[in-house]
Amino acid sequence: MTALIELLGELFSYAFIVRAMVVGILVALCAALLGVTLVLKRYSMIGDGLSHVGFGTLAVAVSLRLAPLEFSVPVVMLAAFLLLRISENSKIRGDAAIALISSSSLAIGVMVISMTTGMNTDVCNYMFGSILAMSKSDVTLSIVVAVFVLVLYILFYNRIFVVTFDADFAGATGMKPGRYNMLIALLTAMVIVVGMRMMGAMLISSLIIFPALTSMRVFSSFRSVVICSAILSVVCFFIGMVLSFCLSTPAGASIVIVNLAAFCLFLTAEKLGVRV
Amino acid sequence: MTNEKSVSETSRVILSSRNVSLSYNGKVAVEDVSIDVLRGDYLCVVGENGSGKTTLIRGLLGLLKPDVGSIEFRGLKRTEVGYLPQQTVVQRDFPASVREVVLTGRLNRHGFFPFYTRRDHARVDEVLERLGIAAQARTAYRDLSGGQKQRVLLARALCAAGELLMLDEPVTGLDPVMASGMYELFEKLNRDGMTLVMISHDLKSALRYGNRILHMRRRALFYGTTSEYVLTDVYRRMNGGDDNDGLD
Repeated sequence: MTALIELLGELFSYAFIVRAMVVGILVALCAALLGVTLVLKRYSMIGDGLSHVGFGTLAVAVSLRLAPLEFSVPVVMLAAFLLLRISENSKIRGDAAIALISSSSLAIGVMVISMTTGMNTDVCNYMFGSILAMSKSDVTLSIVVAVFVLVLYILFYNRIFVVTFDADFAGATGMKPGRYNMLIALLTAMVIVVGMRMMGAMLISSLIIFPALTSMRVFSSFRSVVICSAILSVVCFFIGMVLSFCLSTPAGASIVIVNLAAFCLFLTAEKLGVRV
Repeated sequence: MTNEKSVSETSRVILSSRNVSLSYNGKVAVEDVSIDVLRGDYLCVVGENGSGKTTLIRGLLGLLKPDVGSIEFRGLKRTEVGYLPQQTVVQRDFPASVREVVLTGRLNRHGFFPFYTRRDHARVDEVLERLGIAAQARTAYRDLSGGQKQRVLLARALCAAGELLMLDEPVTGLDPVMASGMYELFEKLNRDGMTLVMISHDLKSALRYGNRILHMRRRALFYGTTSEYVLTDVYRRMNGGDDNDGLD
């Protein structure tokens, strides 16, 4: 026990880790909330697609010496808008179109990097994340984004539920489901860009998908799934960070591994007939 | 169809469509439909697969914009229509409690207020009680049987409905006992004053329960009372051709 406290004390004595913790916990929380809707609406691919677009925009931003986040957020939001349109309008070709856009963005990012700075540690950090990447302004931005997402999510919680469960019914009773889908996609874009630099472009979508999928194994009301996802996401993030510190492994990958372990645990519980 | 209507009928109109045409996936699915639904009617919409029944209902609900024509509700807002849609793939493994699902029927009364009130919960309890599923309020929707799911969606529709309920093939996939239970419920609702518009695949039940029939084949082939309908050629062909559905 004292060893653990000492460890945590040491962990929090580093300013960059504290920054990463603050950003990470907020991002993990928001990603988990949005993830429940995205997974249930079969929009998980959009999260994955957006992170690849995010990689491309970060690469372009760095090579043009633009502020990475301020440049990426609007571009990825635009991509979210497009991806949603694609997956809504053409049901069959939607997933192919998303794969097309995400691999193209990745290719553009790689091309731009190799023609300017060259493949170096920075690129590796974009791909797989680095907790050193968090600056003070990133912390501010991520707090703003997180508060924005949380407030909107709580205010629209009931509407998000009905739009997720049955968009037609929502439309018939006077809501505009398209607007709520768009809101979800835009919020997701913001969360992805902010979280991407720590988690890495390849791994950020796991933060969206894992907690929701894990909670759904055992919990069977929407509210309990949302609450469980939020808690699970933050806890897994924290454990992942500690693990990453102890084993000197990349934070993003460590967090995903912890999420995977949680998923297996819940899956076993489901198989054993645990239902809440 | 009926141009000379009595004054009392005109004042009973709750929903009126004039020359409505609707497209689905870029194709015209409904053409030039003019109907008046009267208060207290039990209207059954029949026709083969792909005859535009669901498209018409979606148009009436405002989910599709008519290419031409107009749709008008009288005495109630468009958002006060209860709708029982067909079940979707997404709902099959959706984590939601029965109460959570039924509560969404109350959202149309909320305006910008984002949360449910005590009155919403009370109304949900009342409807669940009425449909005999009060015991399942905390059960997971995905764990229910097909018939119970349908009752939950009906409860949701009732929470949303003022006095008009639209049902899209509400008994499809249910076993005969469940189906007749649903029909009894509808009959009772209708007797209590609810106007019903029901898409039906089951012509026999449509004739038995409905007082008015709309027969669709892109256009309205027939719209009138059930007793008139059984005398028409449209009915005779539909009834005789039941086995080769869609071939025509």
